[in-house]
Amino acid sequence: MNTLFDKIWDKHVVQIVEDGPTQLYIDRLYCHEVTSPQAFDGLRARGLKCLRPDKIFCMPDHNTPTHDQDKEIEDPVSRKQVTTLAKNASEFGLTHFAMNEKTNGIIHVVGPETGLSLPGMTIVCGDSHTSTHGAMGAVAFGIGTSEVEMVMASQCILQQKPKSMRITVNGTLAHGVTAKDLALYLMSQLTTSGATGYFIEYAGEAVRSLSMEGRLTLCNLSIEMGARGGFIAPDETTFAYIKGRKYAPTGDDWDKAVAYWKTLKSGDDAVFDKELQFDAADIEPMVTYGTNPGMGMGITQHIPTLQTIPAAGQTSFVKALDYMGFQPGETLLGKQVDYVFLGACTNGRIEDFRDFARIAKGRHKAENIVAWLVPGSWKVDQQIREEGIDKVLAEAGFEIRQPGCSACLAMNDDKVPAGKYSVSTSNRNFEGRQGPGARTILASPLVAAAAAVTGKITDPRELL
Amino acid sequence: MKQKFNIIESTCVPLPLENIDTDQIIPARFLKATDKEGFGENLFRDWRYDKQGNLIKDFVLNDPTYGGEILVAGKNFGSGSSREHAAWAIAGYGFRVVVSSFFADIHKNNELNNFVLPVVVSETFLAELFDSIKANPKTIVRVDLPNQTITNTSTGKSETFEINSYKKHCLINGLDDIDFLLQNKDKIEKWEAANK
Ligand code: SF4
Repeated sequence: MNTLFDKIWDKHVVQIVEDGPTQLYIDRLYCHEVTSPQAFDGLRARGLKCLRPDKIFCMPDHNTPTHDQDKEIEDPVSRKQVTTLAKNASEFGLTHFAMNEKTNGIIHVVGPETGLSLPGMTIVCGDSHTSTHGAMGAVAFGIGTSEVEMVMASQCILQQKPKSMRITVNGTLAHGVTAKDLALYLMSQLTTSGATGYFIEYAGEAVRSLSMEGRLTLCNLSIEMGARGGFIAPDETTFAYIKGRKYAPTGDDWDKAVAYWKTLKSGDDAVFDKELQFDAADIEPMVTYGTNPGMGMGITQHIPTLQTIPAAGQTSFVKALDYMGFQPGETLLGKQVDYVFLGACTNGRIEDFRDFARIAKGRHKAENIVAWLVPGSWKVDQQIREEGIDKVLAEAGFEIRQPGCSACLAMNDDKVPAGKYSVSTSNRNFEGRQGPGARTILASPLVAAAAAVTGKITDPRELL
Repeated sequence: MKQKFNIIESTCVPLPLENIDTDQIIPARFLKATDKEGFGENLFRDWRYDKQGNLIKDFVLNDPTYGGEILVAGKNFGSGSSREHAAWAIAGYGFRVVVSSFFADIHKNNELNNFVLPVVVSETFLAELFDSIKANPKTIVRVDLPNQTITNTSTGKSETFEINSYKKHCLINGLDDIDFLLQNKDKIEKWEAANK
């Protein structure tokens, strides 16, 4: 009761259906090309329009190639999805950030950086990482395609109100430990289902001291703990980030907005359904060793042995290690890897490129490594160039590709070949996620950079 | 896919793995369609076929011993990506019920929105059901939506399951959420007026 989640949620309740779900008003619907075509078809079949087209924003990102975006997409099926979105957006009168326009990027990167995602809003998208926008102090969550259609038709969604959880992280993150490590650590503690049914509010000194980029990374990964979403109460860091962005309020509206946003925090008497506390000092740079994001460990640790895994989970554990080609009880330090991916809505922001460059500077890409460095948006790309990070990276033998989801889910041609190891800053290490048979080790941009210059899993703290 | 739902009695397909994520249910490379058809053929694609496209004989969907309209899966079914294609694949393959001790949230809603019923049972019930199916692949399970019960007819054990009465009404009558929301347009406008 009296949590920030309650405040935002309750304000958006249109009605509570008797012994049923809540009808919730939605401030923003984001659409990408993969999960929207069937929703547009559904509207057409019912002869409906979008009820509030000004609240819906479309962005192709999953299929976009990371090179030659000024040309037609080669793969006919990808091309069809991207052009279908453009056609649908124009037919239904929706704002569309087309591929290769300077406004394009991954929707979860662009939403916050353009000021479309604001504190206090309800935000949905047919994509589980919609939780990212929670970093702005919004209630943001992923939905299915039927629900996308529902929002298009009515600007509302039917949902059961989730339970609330507060995760407080006390203390400060150590040198070389990032928001990504914090998230991977939380997942390793909670497992991938530990927060199912909950909305998480992140709090505590370690969370408060994160930059907006770091907060976006943390909230992005909420879904990997099973949560519907995760958010952070807005504060001066948030306001400073939003001010002056394209869709942010201006003038009097700005002052009014900030005054309202300042009220967006959980009361001192707030009661959560579940409260967890962690200590930032316990966290070191993290890597995953298995095939779900909860199978992570500190980079200096060893993979668990079979005996330590509960009986019901042993089959999955053995299957995961088999797939990864790892042995129970072994360390990953020194393991040779083949691919490095910097990017995705998890770590495709400017700070991630700064981190990567800190390690790459004055060093060189290892011979055995194929590296894909993919900014989350054209705006990030522009910032990289303004700050001269592109030069540092080029000197170290790295090339910057064009924005999009890329190797995060390998729907374009950035696929990791079967059996190869990839150190990836994305959010999912599922079997085949980066290409059939690909073996993904999730990590922070610092760990990724350390692998990229040494050719193997290396503790980034030795290179900082 | 708007199929009315009542009582289903069927043999089951067992998949006793935990944390089956939607990337396994339907790999990303099959998300390129712009309609909802044909996903059933690629359900669990990479577990059903090897890289050369040959059937992997010992995967349960390829084993003629097992069949039916009920999929029984380990804990935390449907985690990961929100893709509704996973639910289309499950429905398209012909499953009408998925039984597990725990479902990931978004996927659970996606199943319901596609007239596939997710039934949450206790860990014990699930473990016994896997045992029954192992001992006798022809084990029949009865899922009674009106009474919200699931019965393992081999052991006679029965459990009740939860579903809110709104969704139950929709499933039994073949109605969906959009039908409902459109009837409530006045309430939407009222909310908007109050929250300018
Ligand atoms: S970057 Fe990856 S996780 Fe993020 S939206 Fe794209 S595919 Fe999804």
